[in-house]
Amino acid sequence: MVEFLQFTLSGLSFGMIYAAIALSLVLIWRGTRLLNFAQGGMAMFTTYIALEVIRHTGSYWAGFLVALAAGVVLGAAAELTVVRPALGKPELNAVIITIGLLILLEGLAGIFYGGQYRSFPAAFSVVGLRVGSTPLGVSRFDVFVALAVLAATLLLAVGFRYTTAGLRMRAAAFNATVARLSGIRVARVITVGWALAGLLGALAGVLVTPSTFLYPNSMDSIFVFGFTAAVIGGLDSPLGAVVGGLLLGVVLSYASGYLGSQGSDLTALVALGILVVVLMLRPDGIFSGARVRRV
Amino acid sequence: MTTRSTPRVLGAALVTAVLIALLSIKLNSFRDYQIAEIAIEVTAVAGLTILTGLSGQISLGNGAFMAIGAYTTALLMLHLNWPFYLVLLFAAAITAAAGAVVGVAAARLHGPYLAGATLLLGVALPSVAYAYTGFFGGDQGLDVNFTTPSFLGVNFPLTRWEAWVCSAVALVTLVLLANLGRSRVGRSWRAVRDDEVAAALAGVNVAAARVLAFVVSAACAGLAGALLAVVTGLVAPGAFTITLSIALLTAAVIGGLGTLPGAVWGSLVIVLVPTYATDVATSHGLSSSVASNIPVAAYGAVLIIVMLLFPQGIQGAVRWTLGLFGISPGRGWRAADIPDALSAAGDPPAGDPPAANQRRPASPEGSSSGNQ
Repeated sequence: MVEFLQFTLSGLSFGMIYAAIALSLVLIWRGTRLLNFAQGGMAMFTTYIALEVIRHTGSYWAGFLVALAAGVVLGAAAELTVVRPALGKPELNAVIITIGLLILLEGLAGIFYGGQYRSFPAAFSVVGLRVGSTPLGVSRFDVFVALAVLAATLLLAVGFRYTTAGLRMRAAAFNATVARLSGIRVARVITVGWALAGLLGALAGVLVTPSTFLYPNSMDSIFVFGFTAAVIGGLDSPLGAVVGGLLLGVVLSYASGYLGSQGSDLTALVALGILVVVLMLRPDGIFSGARVRRV
Repeated sequence: MTTRSTPRVLGAALVTAVLIALLSIKLNSFRDYQIAEIAIEVTAVAGLTILTGLSGQISLGNGAFMAIGAYTTALLMLHLNWPFYLVLLFAAAITAAAGAVVGVAAARLHGPYLAGATLLLGVALPSVAYAYTGFFGGDQGLDVNFTTPSFLGVNFPLTRWEAWVCSAVALVTLVLLANLGRSRVGRSWRAVRDDEVAAALAGVNVAAARVLAFVVSAACAGLAGALLAVVTGLVAPGAFTITLSIALLTAAVIGGLGTLPGAVWGSLVIVLVPTYATDVATSHGLSSSVASNIPVAAYGAVLIIVMLLFPQGIQGAVRWTLGLFGISPGRGWRAADIPDALSAAGDPPAGDPPAANQRRPASPEGSSSGNQ
């Protein structure tokens, strides 16, 4: 029972990271109808920037904030420079461009920082919390991870729901042409979406790297699972992204916890199993609307 | 059309075969290895370009099919000692069966959902080798022993023989795919890609067509995997990463999605650009971490630039250039029987080389106005 609680809690904490990546993919998908394969690479790059800032200033929080700001800039810059010219061309072109961007960023990180594994500091203690003498399987930092992603998600949800800017973004995602006719600068809204996605990605990068080390490919598997979470939840649904991320985090935690070393080798296979089951029942994700596909 | 173009395809394949044979004798063993590498890539990319370009199903998991082909090869050669051509056929058959399973599971999925499922397949399947170390050799992988046949004599270089074998398989695959693409099967794929409902109404079995495309694509990837196993002499999970699957799709799109010459261009780019950039970087005496990462960065930049400059891929640019000299290099599958299929996804925008034979669909307003 204690084991079950431990696996659940640590799964939820890791699931929040997948949720953050999934949410950033959903933001971009809703605005651009594009899968941003560079999302993980951008997060890796902003984490390197954070590490650099922490090393020079000695302050974790300075690095944290700079990483988020760098995420915003990188997201917007990617959209403005390489993605926008490819929109309206054959669908896969923009996808290949984001793959090119991913490879470019990984190459640049290797050139500037080398390929070796670097450790990244955590904001709070990583010693496991206990209730009485029972270990909970999570640390103070894990709690911070969950709270930080949760706060970002809630801020976004409130922003989308109650602000004019949020209304514009929803309108642009719902129907770009009509939104444009009612005076919304759809292009600018899309850039803002990319910037927010960059911010979420950067947040995920800073939060996950203390438990994975930092190297040019460090975000690859996080991206794959974040993408999986988004697909499970349904790419049009921010709520789906969060639910998908948490579901994936918890199940993967059970798999590696209960199945031993073979289980942790097979996490991707377990994730594939969940994905197949979900997509068999709902081919457009759990939270897809009953929408008719355009033919 | 078929009667005229089949000899042309065969002729082109024969000429290429002779050229490759001459080249492989002229060049050193490293270049021979590269020829083999490109041929392997072409085999896999050609299968993927059929799947994604013709039947309209994206796959980011064809690396997994390559892994199945490679492990089948390694296990057969290790335990049963079959002759290589049998191994090759059996590897293709096994991966075709795997492709059928995946194709059935994927039949209802579209766009990013299919991309996500196949991407995860590409990540998950090679990890099985880690979990069952005893059978698959774990991280170390399995050794594959491949030798030149005795009739070539003892002094015949192994790399040249490998280049020949790989090129032969690649060319046969290309010829078969070219014919398949022009056949009834190819037409039904294009019909399904352009409009599933219309295809179904016209009597095409949509589900069967989609699954068959996966089977063909997987068989090609399996052949490529088998060739990769013998050329590298080792089958290990590290060779079948997510990077491999992504590189296959990248090559198909960069070259020109849905065209077989495009598969060749794309393979040339993804094999030669990193090697060339490495040569340049090391010759300038840069430190090893910089020198080993410059090719990576250059490769990423090339992908972005090619996609921005040539939205229809390299083959689109080649066609346009030939058009300037008044040569029309055979109407490709994309432009041929589909007057308005591209209007939604890929009508050449302003900056794009206009295809001379592009037919514009009649405007719907014009025809319906009489009824109003």
